[in-house]
Amino acid sequence: MFRGLVYGSFKQPRELIWIFGMLIFVCLMAEAFMGYLLPWGQMSYWGAQVIISLFSAIPVVGDELSLWIRGDYVVSDATLNRFFAFHVIAVPLVLLILVFLHIVALHEVGSNNPDGIEIKQNTNWQGRPLDGIAFHPYYTVKDIVGVAVFMFFFAVVIFYMPEMGGFFLEHANFIPADPLKTPEHIAPVWYFTPFYAILRAVPDKFAGVIAMGGAIVVLFMLPWLDRSPVKSIRYRGGLFKKAIFLFVISFIGLGYLGTQPATPGATTVARVLTAVYFGFFLLMPLYTRWEKTKPVPERLTEHPTLEDRIPQLLALVDEVTLTEQVSDAAGATVTRRKANVAGIKAVLIRFAKQLKASLD
Amino acid sequence: MKSLLTTLLLVLSLGAHASGGEVKLESADIDLSDSASLERGAKTYVTYCLGCHSVKHIRYKRIALDLKLDEAEVLKNVAPHSAGIYDQMHSAMNGHDAEKWFGTTPPDLSLIARSRGADWLYSYLKGFYADKSKPTGVNNRVFKDVAMPSVFWQQQGIQTAVIHEVDGHEVVTDLKIDQPGQMSAKEFDTMVNDLVNFLVYVGEPVQLERQAMGKYVLFFILMIIALAYLLKKEYWKDVH
Repeated sequence: MFRGLVYGSFKQPRELIWIFGMLIFVCLMAEAFMGYLLPWGQMSYWGAQVIISLFSAIPVVGDELSLWIRGDYVVSDATLNRFFAFHVIAVPLVLLILVFLHIVALHEVGSNNPDGIEIKQNTNWQGRPLDGIAFHPYYTVKDIVGVAVFMFFFAVVIFYMPEMGGFFLEHANFIPADPLKTPEHIAPVWYFTPFYAILRAVPDKFAGVIAMGGAIVVLFMLPWLDRSPVKSIRYRGGLFKKAIFLFVISFIGLGYLGTQPATPGATTVARVLTAVYFGFFLLMPLYTRWEKTKPVPERLTEHPTLEDRIPQLLALVDEVTLTEQVSDAAGATVTRRKANVAGIKAVLIRFAKQLKASLD
Repeated sequence: MKSLLTTLLLVLSLGAHASGGEVKLESADIDLSDSASLERGAKTYVTYCLGCHSVKHIRYKRIALDLKLDEAEVLKNVAPHSAGIYDQMHSAMNGHDAEKWFGTTPPDLSLIARSRGADWLYSYLKGFYADKSKPTGVNNRVFKDVAMPSVFWQQQGIQTAVIHEVDGHEVVTDLKIDQPGQMSAKEFDTMVNDLVNFLVYVGEPVQLERQAMGKYVLFFILMIIALAYLLKKEYWKDVH
C-alpha cells in the first residue's frame, strides 16, 4: 500500500483498483480481528470485548448493535461460534470475490510503474506497449523469488522466535479467557496499534470511534484528495515528499504508542501524531496543488538494480569497518573487521544530507 | 550525536523498565537439553505442585519420549502412584474445595512459563517471606498478596523481608533466611531451577525439535531462493 502511495498507483485511472484494494484491506482487518478471538486467551477475549463495545458508542442503536454482534451481553460462546464461521468461510469468500474484482479492474487499465507513466500511450506497430513486459513469465518468475525470501523470514519466525518477544504471540494470551478477570493492560496485536492509538488519543469515546474509522475511510478518498498532475514521487515537489515523511513518522509513532500504556505524556504525543496523520490526508488537496512538480519523461527511465549496487554496498562496508591482520591461535594470519566509528559517523551524516536533499 | 544516542538509550531503557514492573527478577538458568534436570524438575513438580496445580496439556508418555526415559521408570520415579502412562498430568484436587480453601482455583500451569516467563517463575518460587498479616502466614516479593502458601518452606527455610520506605510505600528490598531449612541455599536454587526448567519445557515440549528442524528448512528455502533468483535472471536477460 505504501508503494502504491509513493508511486501514485491510486491515482486516475486506477481509482477502482484502489477502492477494491482498500475493501480487501478492511476485510483482512476483519479476518484478523475475528481470528484473534479463536485461541480464546485473555487478550483474545478482552480485545474482542473492547472492540465490540466500541459499537455501543454509536448513538441510539449502539447498545442494540453491539448486542447483536456479540449475540450475548458479554463475549461468549455465541460470539466465538459466529466469529469462527466468519473467519473460516464468510470473510474468505468475500476476499476471494474482491481479489477477483481487483484483478479485473487492474486488467482494464494495466499496472502502474515507478515513473508513473501510462505505458499504453507508447505502443509499437502491433499495439503493444513499448515499455511493457508480460506478467507471465516475467513477474511470475520474479515473484517466486519474493515469495521465497518471505518464506525465509517466515520460517525464521516459526522455528526460532514464534512469540517474537510477545509481539506475535502475546504473553497474556497464554492465560485462558476469564470473563471475571480483566488484564491490567489491554493492547491490540501490533498491526492494529496505529489505529488503536488514534482511538485512545481522542478524549470522547464516540469521537474516538469516528476518528479510528475515519483513519481508514480517509484512505478510500485518496484518489480524489490528491490533486497533483504527476503520479510518482520521483517527479513530485518537495511539499509532498515532506508530507509523506511526516506521515511515515506519525504512523510508526502511533504504532509504537498503541503498544504502550496510555500515560498523559504518551496521550499528548499520540494527539499530535493523530493530527499529523489526518493532516497528511485532509490538507492533501491544498499542498499537492501548490507544489511545483518536475517534468515527467515520455518513456520509462533506467535505474540501477540491487545487483548493480553491490560494489557500492561493499564499499560502504569498507567505509564503516577497519580491517586488521591478526594471527589466530593456530598461527594463521586472519583479517578481522572492527567497527569504524569515524566511518559510521561520516556515512550517517551523508545519509542525513541525502535524505534532506531528496526531500526538496 | 552522542548525546542524542544516550538520550535515546535512556528513554528506551526507561520504557523497558516501566513495562517490566518494579520488582527485580533473578535469572533462571534454562537448559532444555539437560534431561536430568528436566526429570528432577518433573519429580519435584509431582511431589510438591501437582497436589493443587494440574498440567493437563501434557501426558506422562510425552515426558518419557522427550526425556528419552523408560516408560516404567517414569511411572515409578515421576508419576504419582497409580497414574497410567497415557494419563494427562491432572491434579487430584477438587475445584470447589480449592475455592473454599484458597479463595480461588489454583490455575493449570501448562502455559505458565509462556505467560509469566522463566525468570519470573524462578524469582516467584524463591520469593516467599513470613508475613503474619496473611492467612497463609506468607507473602511474596514478586506476586504481592498471592493466595498460594509457601510450599517449599521445609526445604528453603523461613525468610523474612527487609522492608524500606520508598516514596511513602513500603517496599521489600531484600529477603533474609531466618530459620534455615533442610537444604542449603545452593541446593534449593538448583531444585527451583530444575522445576522452572521443567515448566518451560512443558510450555512448549517441541522447542528443541523445532530449533533442530529449523536449520534444514532454512537451508532448503535458501536453495529455492538461489534457484528462483537464477531463473529470474535468465528470464529477465533481455529486459532493459
